[in-house]
Amino acid sequence: MQKKDFVIRFAGEGGQGLVTSADALARAATSAGYFTQTFSTFPSQIMGGPASSQVRISTSPVLSSGDGVDVLVALNQYAYDHHEQDLVENGVTIYNAEEYTLPDGGNYFGIKADEIAKSTGNARAANMVTIGAVANLIDFSLTEVDNFIKKRFNRGRDNDSEIIRANIESVRLGAEVASQSGFSVGKLDNPVKPDYEQIMVTGNSAISLGALSAGLDYYVGYPISPATTILVWMENNLIGSNKFAYQVSSEIESINAIIGAGYAGKKAMTATAGPGIALMSEGLGLAWMAEIPLVVVDVQRGGPATGLPTKSEQSDLFACMHPAHGDVKIPILAPGSVEECFYAAALAVNWAERYQGPVILMSEMAQADRGENIPKPNLDKIKVESRNVYSGDNGFKRYQSWDGTNELTPMPIPGGSGAYVANGSEHDEIGDTTHLPIHHIRLTERRFNKLKLLDGAHYEIENENSQLIISPWGSSKGPSREAYERLLDDNYDIGWIYSVALNPIPEEVFEALKKSKCVLVPELNYQGQWSSLLRQDGIKAQSVIKYDGTPFRPGELIKEITRIFDKERKK
Amino acid sequence: MSKRNPEYDFVWCPGCGDFGVRRALEFALKDYITEHEKPHSHNVIVAGIGCSGNMVHLIEGDQPFGIHGIHGRTLPIALGIKSSRPDLNTVIVAGDGDFLSIGAEHIGPAAQRNLDVTCVIMDNGVYGLTKGQSSPTSDIGMITTSTPHGKIEVPVSPLNHYLTVGVSYIASYYSSKPKILAKFIKEAMDHRGFSIVHVQSPCTTYNDTYDLLKGKPKEGIPGLAWDIPDDHDPNDLSSALNLIQKPGIPLGLIYKMEGKTLEDRQQEIRNKVSEKTVESTLSEYII
Repeated sequence: MQKKDFVIRFAGEGGQGLVTSADALARAATSAGYFTQTFSTFPSQIMGGPASSQVRISTSPVLSSGDGVDVLVALNQYAYDHHEQDLVENGVTIYNAEEYTLPDGGNYFGIKADEIAKSTGNARAANMVTIGAVANLIDFSLTEVDNFIKKRFNRGRDNDSEIIRANIESVRLGAEVASQSGFSVGKLDNPVKPDYEQIMVTGNSAISLGALSAGLDYYVGYPISPATTILVWMENNLIGSNKFAYQVSSEIESINAIIGAGYAGKKAMTATAGPGIALMSEGLGLAWMAEIPLVVVDVQRGGPATGLPTKSEQSDLFACMHPAHGDVKIPILAPGSVEECFYAAALAVNWAERYQGPVILMSEMAQADRGENIPKPNLDKIKVESRNVYSGDNGFKRYQSWDGTNELTPMPIPGGSGAYVANGSEHDEIGDTTHLPIHHIRLTERRFNKLKLLDGAHYEIENENSQLIISPWGSSKGPSREAYERLLDDNYDIGWIYSVALNPIPEEVFEALKKSKCVLVPELNYQGQWSSLLRQDGIKAQSVIKYDGTPFRPGELIKEITRIFDKERKK
Repeated sequence: MSKRNPEYDFVWCPGCGDFGVRRALEFALKDYITEHEKPHSHNVIVAGIGCSGNMVHLIEGDQPFGIHGIHGRTLPIALGIKSSRPDLNTVIVAGDGDFLSIGAEHIGPAAQRNLDVTCVIMDNGVYGLTKGQSSPTSDIGMITTSTPHGKIEVPVSPLNHYLTVGVSYIASYYSSKPKILAKFIKEAMDHRGFSIVHVQSPCTTYNDTYDLLKGKPKEGIPGLAWDIPDDHDPNDLSSALNLIQKPGIPLGLIYKMEGKTLEDRQQEIRNKVSEKTVESTLSEYII
């Protein structure tokens, strides 16, 4: 049976190497020329607790984690009981026969991976036994797995060849067990190897790389799931004579430190999750008011309060768009794939420099730590923008009123000319505190007019004259796109409008949305946050919501969209 | 500044201690600029919110670079400036309310970093700008608009606090003698590390402590302020700790310890770990 894609899930306890297994399979498949996407879910604790990690392997770019599971590797009874219902028809489970047994007659077979690994002389190769079994079930080339193993363990150590031998033998023995079981879940089409260079990267690493490619030189942060990996990444990679990466003592310190660095002339960024956004709200207002370039990344998780620290939700939109008291509307970029994370992060840094103010980049748990293979970005083609620095005589009017028709006034940098006070109190054009109405009017208008400078974000408009428009935001893009493509195949009169920029919305996107009779917004929150903001702007939008802590599956979206489609048609 | 801009509408009350502190800061900046041959533009004033924070607008002469930010966050803003631009002389001006109440959480971390910034803290024992509420340094029992039945907590002891969290330069003075105060502020700017000059700066409207500080020598009433003896060794932590247990307000240098700064330690990392280009980092992900 030829198949377009497979989902292989490893379920058990945190610390059992689930992520390692899924990642290994993804890398082997990517090397063979397939497209892959991993997805993991785990509880908020250091070790143990129910966890799973899966990989979807396909002959075309993977848009979501899929609907069902083709092969389930269940390392304990609990994992089997809780994941078994996700198996597709004819899906097969490989269970851990050292831990438990299942009654005869089901679509499963047991494997003693530890025992088999030990027989090869390398007890640590147990996950390779399982991968061998999985490869056999999906008819995946064992040679490709071998190639992966050779690459992985060729580390220039004396025992490299012995480790490689044991791992390859483990794969063979695992495949043998699967072969004897008689099960098969089909075969993938042969891959078409991409003719471009690829990188395998997570969403958070893509954000970090993207920001660096636009010239980021200052990062501070405070550990918080699921944004911590960006802090760790920066500490390891943002190194150099004028670079600074550092852990501070709270999110309040984070935002205020990047305000200081942004004022002092640096491209500065921090990353956090919802609780951190809450703590940063006053600082974001200061950056908007005093016009300081900086970027804040919000890797969303379930809220409010401590909420669901390791689960999926897109419920910070209100908090990010209007984080501070007073008249504030922070520019927002919300990438919807790992690849978009890279380019949106670069653009966020550029936007901050261009309009001299704070920009928020919104990602999300499910997108943060999942790995994908994407085309390697060409750094020569990344536009790097830097603020227009004032270099004239002193006595500069830093905060002149500005209507957007000419060039924005340049920004003085300490050490140079044009000394001024970056003022969080309302101020006149030179930065002195004032209560006079005319200044508050002029400068409020200046701050909002500056949003007009922000363009260049990616958007997609297809079949915009259709009866129904699917218009997701952020990380719900992938599953929504998959649902949209399947509905198109079924000849539904359906269109697609998607924008990485949520504030300001590109004019073309806004016009297309405005014309639409019914805009459906898949989003992971209870209130339907994005559709309610769209309705404020007169767009006929309604949300398809989910708030159980997991991302959308394409199948459940199709069900809901077709239900609404039929309802609209009857009107 | 205010002379240049007739629309600027903030004023300190007549007799406010902050006038004296302003003069002292102006003297110190002038000396610092001359001595270090640093242009005026390399000095940045980070101001807190409250009467004292308005210092950043009221400094006379050339306009300095500055940030007048949000309440309590002068230290993290200064961290961002100094850690990204070690070449800038970064000076904080804030009051006891801003620095020791809402902003107190940042003093410890700044001390552990030995962040090379200078804080000029104006302590008047009251929230003046909001019209007379109790502050961290108000005395127990003090009647203010927010403590009509008397304040029911003991005042914070700023000098003990600074010393025990590890601030590496601590001086205490009052606003009445700007020339001498300027000497300590300049010394604090010169000190490589986290320095605080804690200044008694009376509020003539809500908490006028001029007489209390100086006493009435003619009537034989001693003042709260006393000069630190010449034989005090500011490099010795335990003598510094003993010194400030004595009641009243010590005038002079309390503690000074040379050590590595955040910048020094960051530089050590830079020397140890080789610089990476974006291209080389990106290439690590090639599959």
